Amino acid sequence: MTSEHLIEISGLNFSYDTRAILKGIDMTMQRGKVIAIMGGSGSGKTTLLRLIGGVIQPTSGYVKFAGQVVHELDRDALFKLRRKMGMLFQFGALFTDLSVFDNVAFQMREHTNLPESMIRDLVLMKLHAVGLRGAHQLMPNQLSGGMARRVALARSIALDPMLIMYDEPFTGLDPISLSVIGNLIRRLTDALGMTSIVVTHDVQESLKIVDYVYFIADGVIAAEGTPQEVRASVAPFVHQFVHGEEDGPVPFHYPAQSYQKDLNLENKRA
Amino acid sequence: MPKRIVAGIRNIGHRVIDGVWRLGVASRFFLLVLFKSGTSLRRFNLVIRELYFTGVLSLIIIVVSGLFVGMVLGLQGYETLQKYGSESAVGTLVALSLVRELGPVVAALLFASRAGSAITAEIGLMKATEQLSAMSMMAVDPVARVVAPRFWSGVISMPLLAAIFSVMGVFGGYLVTVVFIGVDEGTFWSQMQDAVDFRFDIMNGFIKSCYFGVAVTAIAVFEGYDAPPTAEGVSGATTRTVVTSSLAILGLDFILTAFMFRGVS
Repeated sequence: MTSEHLIEISGLNFSYDTRAILKGIDMTMQRGKVIAIMGGSGSGKTTLLRLIGGVIQPTSGYVKFAGQVVHELDRDALFKLRRKMGMLFQFGALFTDLSVFDNVAFQMREHTNLPESMIRDLVLMKLHAVGLRGAHQLMPNQLSGGMARRVALARSIALDPMLIMYDEPFTGLDPISLSVIGNLIRRLTDALGMTSIVVTHDVQESLKIVDYVYFIADGVIAAEGTPQEVRASVAPFVHQFVHGEEDGPVPFHYPAQSYQKDLNLENKRA
Repeated sequence: MPKRIVAGIRNIGHRVIDGVWRLGVASRFFLLVLFKSGTSLRRFNLVIRELYFTGVLSLIIIVVSGLFVGMVLGLQGYETLQKYGSESAVGTLVALSLVRELGPVVAALLFASRAGSAITAEIGLMKATEQLSAMSMMAVDPVARVVAPRFWSGVISMPLLAAIFSVMGVFGGYLVTVVFIGVDEGTFWSQMQDAVDFRFDIMNGFIKSCYFGVAVTAIAVFEGYDAPPTAEGVSGATTRTVVTSSLAILGLDFILTAFMFRGVS
């Protein structure tokens, strides 16, 4: 691994009980890039993020973050490592009993001894970066879905992490919020020199902002490439996914016995 | 038929094993909360904030219930005692019933329904909306930051609420028997003072309420933290908190009473 790779994933397997979710994943993620991980629902994308964050342990293989094998770290070392990571959850996961300001200040107060005046300035700067400085006194229940996602984004960059993981950041947003979040991901990654991993199935929005794409299907990497390569791909799975076709390698029908047999038509004919 | 019997026995076995397993998990979680209480004790403002939600917001129900329980005790006690010409002992009856039993037990049952269920629902919903996962990803331990302050706030507020319940009960008894019925005020208070012992009655009641506080809050935080992260899971956990806490309070009360008042006349 060269130092320009922030994350290296090698031979990663993960199973829930006996059900294999990820099967032999190999990936490298370059510093300063926005990488998308795409795939259908239940394909193991979020599981991959949880493995990178050390929330769950791989069955075999490893995830290396900044040179450290994540699952080999003890609890204290893992928590130390997580201070270099930020994560944006699907619906923001803001602390509902804290105001917007206190949500963004949360990590600063927990992990630093900064004076309150400096925390105030930093929080307002982070909120300004996502366009919500004026909303710092609001409570999470007063925010729209898109605003909540932006506050969560400000919170995740509170300690200037090396990596931000976005779990379905575009879900349930109107077109304007969708575009705002997409542009913020790109701008913040470039401005702060971070690496971003975007787990999504919103193909069109993510292809506009990412540098590299991995497709996961049935627990393996089905395809990978730059957005241009992905758009031009003739691989059946990629083609179906990018163009949203109803039938293809991912079938429309859930596996079942023959239709005639289910409707008892075969016996009647005989 | 034998198949059904085997299935029935197997089902009972599964339930027993599940129950024991869950008890083990809950005990380990309880120890974990104690082990991670350092943050709560160092940053006591976290506990004070929760004291408001568990203690102060439970005051109304405790005060009103205490008053009514004391009034009913006064009425019933007077009705019975006057048959034997001992209506002057009604103060003693009210005070001892409240301080020894009803204060700690009824206050704990109300506390389980009001504050215990709220703690479970809050922690369960924080889990369901990924707030606990988010906290963990921010390298902040949810057990130390969310669970432990709530646990200690419950442990601290329970004895205080029980004491307030008893005081309000005595006041309720006084209102009914002295003010409305006309029992002699001097006898009411002096008999009460004479009969209620600080060591055996008040302290034992206080110790009971401490045990109840630990039991109710430990159950509430565990059920919340262990709740499946769905609407159905959180509602089930909230119900379990109230049911399990109530049974634990009554069971513990019997055990503690057996130890405390054995041989005390």
